[in-house]
Amino acid sequence: MRVVVDFDLCESNAICMQIAPDVFEVRDDDFLYVLEENPGEDRRAAVAEAVQRCPKQAISVED
Amino acid sequence: MRGSVSIVGASLAGYWAAETLRRDGFEGRISLIGDEPHAPYDRPPLSKRFLAGDLDDDRLPLTTAEKLADLGLEMRLGCRATGLDVATRTLEVDGVAEPYDGLLIATGARCRNLPGTAGLAGVHTLRTRDDAEAIRDALANGARRVVVVGAGFIGAEVASTAIGRGAEVTMVEALEAPFGRVLGVEMGAVMADVHRRHGVDLRTGVGVDEVLGDDRLAGVRLANGATLEADLLVVGIGVVPNTDWLEGSGLTLDDGVVCDETCLAAPDVAAAGDVARWPNPRYGEVMRVEHWDNAVQQGVHAARRLLQSDEEATPYAPVPWFWTDQYDRKVQLAGRPHTDDEVRVVAGSTAEHRFAAFYGRDGRFTAALGMNRPRQVMQSKGLLDAGASWDEALAFASAWE
Repeated sequence: MRVVVDFDLCESNAICMQIAPDVFEVRDDDFLYVLEENPGEDRRAAVAEAVQRCPKQAISVED
Repeated sequence: MRGSVSIVGASLAGYWAAETLRRDGFEGRISLIGDEPHAPYDRPPLSKRFLAGDLDDDRLPLTTAEKLADLGLEMRLGCRATGLDVATRTLEVDGVAEPYDGLLIATGARCRNLPGTAGLAGVHTLRTRDDAEAIRDALANGARRVVVVGAGFIGAEVASTAIGRGAEVTMVEALEAPFGRVLGVEMGAVMADVHRRHGVDLRTGVGVDEVLGDDRLAGVRLANGATLEADLLVVGIGVVPNTDWLEGSGLTLDDGVVCDETCLAAPDVAAAGDVARWPNPRYGEVMRVEHWDNAVQQGVHAARRLLQSDEEATPYAPVPWFWTDQYDRKVQLAGRPHTDDEVRVVAGSTAEHRFAAFYGRDGRFTAALGMNRPRQVMQSKGLLDAGASWDEALAFASAWE
């Protein structure tokens, strides 16, 4: 799977970082960085929760 | 596993409940019943980018038409649940009775309004997409003098957006500070400063005596005798859970649908989102939470509860979390502070409107507040999830600066 973030929508709420810190990181500059664009299958549930709980609905997954 | 599930309420909690049922492998019929004509959409932008005219209408839905179709739901939009009898397992939709196997209640809440404003043009509350379009149109059509009553989420965000569109905004709050009931006096004063620095005429500690005007809004008279002329009045004084249709249903109603700690309200009946009241075992406190993230998480939890046996069921024990965007500031709160908790700024400065602050009580770490500090708030939320003590939280934060 590939993680895609729409940076026009992302407003760095950082909830994704709390759910999957190995995939998403909001740094001290307040910007989101995708640390792992192609996470393994074992991270699918965590990434799905990040998609679900992103307040800006800015994250999607492409298989 | 039961044959079908009826979900009443097609907003955030209801939508994610339906999605969860399918994702967890439920293959029976799922009815998603909502009284608005629109497919499930996201409400937070309604007071922010959507109101500003800065978000395309097609960005509001919670999902795409294709993904919604893939869920194979029986979509019943524009339909209102009008009654329930849990003893006979009968749901009533638009006055017509139908049986249910499993039921998930996610009917949310509706806005309170000021008395004497019914039918008065120029007076608005904000909950639905239609409400937001009406306010957006009023701003676009030249409403210049805007009065906002209530400095909570809706009031503060509408004030922020209206200022951004060049309006003159007066915000009236009965308490001593915006968000004072949530954040306490000290941090509420910081919120007040944010509004004033952006040009809002903020009047605190004063209520509204009367809304003036015959057919059309003319102004607002405050309890201190001051009169504010207004073209547009937005009332943001809180919500009432939508439980009227559940009178006599056999469910316990008390400012919401009362559930057990697993979100179950009766056998095969669960509730989620703004309408649900449940004992959160993390806090030993019965609560009803009106935040976006709770609607998502509780929708998921309540859906799973319907698929589980009593033995499999788990308590719903979240750390509440919200955000609000006002002007160029993002405010986030994780946890559940009391207004008389100790408050300590642990990073940044309140004067610069960029900081993180911790709330604590009796050696416990109760909440983290951030203004333009999302990284720190989320790290703090992790500490709250883990049950960190006040000293542990302060030690963690000492590495930040």
